[in-house]
Amino acid sequence: MDNVQQDKVPAVAAQAASMVDTINQEGFQDLQQFLTFVMEGEEYGIDILNVQEIRGWDNVAPIPNAPAHVSGVINLRGAIVPVIDLRVMFAFNEARYDENTVVIVLKVESQRVNRIMGVVVDAVSDVFSLSEEDKRPPPNVNQNISQNYINGLTEVKGKMVILLDCEKLLDIENH
Amino acid sequence: MSIDLSQFHAVFFEESFEGLDVMENALLELQPENPDSELINSIFRSAHSIKGGSGTFGFISISEFTHILETLLDKIREGEEQLDVDSVELFLQSVDCMRTMLEALQAETEPDTTRADQLAIMFQSILTGASAAEAKGLDVPATGASPVIQESVLPGSDSIPDSLAGFHIEFTPEADMLKGGNDPVRMMRELATLGELTSTPDTGALPTLRDMQPDVVYLNWCMDLHGDMPLEDVQEVFEWVEGECDLSISRLGGSADSAPEVMPSNVAEAVDHAPDGTSTAATKTKADEQESAKPIPDAPKTASPAKPAPAPAARAGKAESSSIRVGIDKVDSLINLVGELVITQSMLGQMGGSGEVITDDHIGNLREGLVQLEQNTRELQDSVMRIRMLPISFAFNRFPRMVRDLSLQLGKKVRLELRGEQTELDKTVMEKINDPLVHLVRNAMDHGIESPNVRADQGKDETGTIVLNAFHQGGNIIIEMIDDGGGIDADKLVAKARANGIVGDNEQLNQEQKLDLLFAPGLSTVEQVSDLSGRGVGMDVVRRNIQELNGSVDIDTELGKGTTFRIRLPLTLAILDGQLVTVAGQTYIFPLMSISESLQIDEKLVNNVAGGGDVYNLRDEYIPILSLDSIFGLRTEPLSYDQSLLVVVEAEGMKVSVVVDDLMAQQQVVIKSLEDNYTRVPGVSGATILGDGTVAMILDVAGLIGLAGNQKTMAAGEIAGSAA
Repeated sequence: MDNVQQDKVPAVAAQAASMVDTINQEGFQDLQQFLTFVMEGEEYGIDILNVQEIRGWDNVAPIPNAPAHVSGVINLRGAIVPVIDLRVMFAFNEARYDENTVVIVLKVESQRVNRIMGVVVDAVSDVFSLSEEDKRPPPNVNQNISQNYINGLTEVKGKMVILLDCEKLLDIENH
Repeated sequence: MSIDLSQFHAVFFEESFEGLDVMENALLELQPENPDSELINSIFRSAHSIKGGSGTFGFISISEFTHILETLLDKIREGEEQLDVDSVELFLQSVDCMRTMLEALQAETEPDTTRADQLAIMFQSILTGASAAEAKGLDVPATGASPVIQESVLPGSDSIPDSLAGFHIEFTPEADMLKGGNDPVRMMRELATLGELTSTPDTGALPTLRDMQPDVVYLNWCMDLHGDMPLEDVQEVFEWVEGECDLSISRLGGSADSAPEVMPSNVAEAVDHAPDGTSTAATKTKADEQESAKPIPDAPKTASPAKPAPAPAARAGKAESSSIRVGIDKVDSLINLVGELVITQSMLGQMGGSGEVITDDHIGNLREGLVQLEQNTRELQDSVMRIRMLPISFAFNRFPRMVRDLSLQLGKKVRLELRGEQTELDKTVMEKINDPLVHLVRNAMDHGIESPNVRADQGKDETGTIVLNAFHQGGNIIIEMIDDGGGIDADKLVAKARANGIVGDNEQLNQEQKLDLLFAPGLSTVEQVSDLSGRGVGMDVVRRNIQELNGSVDIDTELGKGTTFRIRLPLTLAILDGQLVTVAGQTYIFPLMSISESLQIDEKLVNNVAGGGDVYNLRDEYIPILSLDSIFGLRTEPLSYDQSLLVVVEAEGMKVSVVVDDLMAQQQVVIKSLEDNYTRVPGVSGATILGDGTVAMILDVAGLIGLAGNQKTMAAGEIAGSAA
C-alpha cells in the first residue's frame, strides 16, 4: 500500500512542474492588471494593486492654502484622506461633479511615498490585464507638467489608454 | 531547532534599562555609613538579571562587566567589603557606563568598552584590597601610569602559579532540560570561553533514530576545562540548570579544593591589563599605589563631565518607537467594558430585530439602551486613554541623580523633594515634557539656589530645596517646579531686554510681561555663562515645547524667597477641548486653551493702522484683527464686521483676534493627523471628525499669526513695488 502511494508522488510532482512551466511560458506572472477610468473622453489606467476602494463623490473639507487641484480632505472611516482632482491637475476644464463622479482611493506604500489619497475622476470603466511588452513609452511632445505622471501608453480594444504612475501622483510635495 | 533570540532583544533592553534605573535609585538612597541590606539586595538582583540576560543574548561585554560588579556587591552583602562614598560613586558611574553600552547594543553597534575596562580595573583593585578612594586614582586610560597598581595583590594571598589548573566536570542533564529553554551546547560554548575545553560525550543512552525525540537530551558529558578560572565562573555556567542536572565539578590535578578562589583570577586579569607585567613579586605596598595615583589627580575630573554627552544623544535616537507596560488591571477593566458593550449591542439588536409593531414601550427601551451605550462608550474611551497613561515618576526619577551630580559640580547643597509621583500622564506628553523639566531644574540649581555661604548670610538654611510637584486639575495636569533660591529680579530682566533691544526704551511693562521676558530668545541675566545655563537659549525652547503640547507655563517669583514655575498640560494629546466656529460655511476649531474671550464687534472700536490692517480697541488694548478669509483665501468679498464675531486668542505671548461668522458648540475633539496622508499645513495643527462625519480643521493660533505676518510683509512689498 505504502509503495503504491510513494510511486505516485513523483508523477504528481512532475505534473505540477509542467503546469508551472506553462504558466511561466504564457507569462501569467508578468501580467499587470489595470483599472481604467474616463476623464474628458480619454481613458486612463492605474495599477489595480494601488486601488484601495472606489467611492461616490462626497463633500470634502477644503484645506487652507492648498493648491487648486487639492479639493480637500474626506473622512475615510476615521482616517483623514486628502482628495485631489485630476481634472484640475491635468488642466482640463472646471471640475463638475455629478452622480457618475467617483473618488478612487489609492494607496501607495513605497520608500518615497507612503500614504492614502483619493483622486476624483469622471467615471470608472474597466479592468484589463497587460504585460510589460504591450506598454509603449509616453510620447515626448511637450513639457506639460501632467506628462510627468504618465507611465506609458497602451491599446485596449482599439482604444488608447494612458497609464498613470500612482507613486508620482501621490507624491504631493513634488507636484 | 533554533530559536531566534533577537525577537526578545527589545524586552531585554527594556528590562535592563529598568534594572539600571532601580540600581541608580537604590544607590542614591543608600547611606554608605549605614547600608540598608534590602537596598543592596535590590542592586544585586538588578545587576544579576542584567548579567543573566546579557549572557543569554551573547552580549559578552555587558555580562563580563556586570559580573565584576556583582562579585563586589556580593562581598558587600556578605559584609566582607565596606561600602563608602567613593565606591557608591564608582557604582553610579558603572550604571552610566552600562547604560551607554546597552544603548550602543540597542542601536546595533559595538559598545565602547574602554570606560568599562577602566571601571573594571578599579573594581578589581577594590577587590584586591585597595579602598575605593585609592581605586579612583586609577581612573585613567589603562595604558597610563597604572601597571604598578595592577600588580598589587593583597599581601598574604600567594599567587598561585597553576597555569595548567582547571576543572573536571561531569554533566548529566535531565532528559527534559531542553524544554526549559536551556541548551547544553550554549553552556559548553560558554565554558570554552573560560579556558581550553575538551569534552567527551557519553552516547550510551542514545536510542535508535526512529525512537528519538527531538526535545529530549540523551547525552551526558565528561569535560576537562584547562585554564585559570575561579570555581564560581564555572558554576555560574550551570547556574540556570542547577535543579535539572547531575553536576560534579572537581579541580584538576588531584586535590578537589572546592574553596572559591577569587584571587587567582584577579591576578590574571590585572596582568592582562598591565602592558608590562614583568614583575611577579606582587608585593608592592599601598604607599606605592598612592604615589602612582598622584601624578594624575585631574584625570577623574576631566573624565566625568565629558562622559554624559554621548548618552543623551544615543537616547534621542531610539526615542520614538517604543513599547509601553500596561498594568493587568487596566487590561482587565477594558475586557470588562468590552463585555458590557457586547451585551448592550445584543440588547439593542434584539429590539431592532423583533419585527413587531413598534410601541411606546419599545421606544422607551430603545432610549434606555442608547443611554447605556453612551455610558459604555465613554467608559471605554476613558479606559483606553488610561492605557497610555504612566505615573509621572517615570519622568521624575531621573532628577535625584541629576540634582546630586549637579550639586557636587556647583558646590551647592540642594535637597530634592518629589511630590505627586503617582499622578498619571499620557506617555507622549511625558516624553516631551522631560527636556523642559530638566532645563528648569538645571536653571534653578544654577541661578536659583544660592551657594551655601550666601544662603547662610541671608539667614536661610544652607541646603536649598527644589520641589517637583505634580497633580491633576480639571482635565489638565499641573507640574510645579519650586525652588527656595534667590528669585528672579524682574527689573534686571527688563534692563537686559532694553539693552538687547527686545523691549523698546519707552515701553512700559507690567510684572507679568516683565517675567515673560524670561522666555524671550537670547536673553540671559546671569553675568557669567556657565557650563549649565546662561546662554539665553533654553527658556524659549522650554516654552515652545510646552506650547507644542497645548500647554502653558506661569512664573511666580519673589526676590530672595524663590521661584515657582507652573506648567499646565493637557492629560493627553489625542483629545482636545475645542471651540467650534464657522467661517465661509466651513467649520474650524480653536483649542479652548488658546481662547481668552469671544465678543460681538463694536464697529466704533475698529481702527485701521496705516493701511496695514485693522486693530480692535479692547478695553484700551489694541489687538490686531486677523481674518481667516484672507489668511486662508476663502472669500474675496470684504468683511462686514457687524455680521461677525471676534475671538480673542493668545499664543506665544501675543494676543490677536480672529473674525468668525458664528460661534458653535464647545466639545472635545479627537485630533487626527493631516500629515499622515498629506503634508503639514501652516496655520492648521490637525483635523478632526465631527459628529456628522464631516472633517473640520483644528487651527494653530501661533501658525495663523505667522501666516498673517507673512502676508502683511508680502502685501507691503507689493505696494512698495508698484509705487516704484
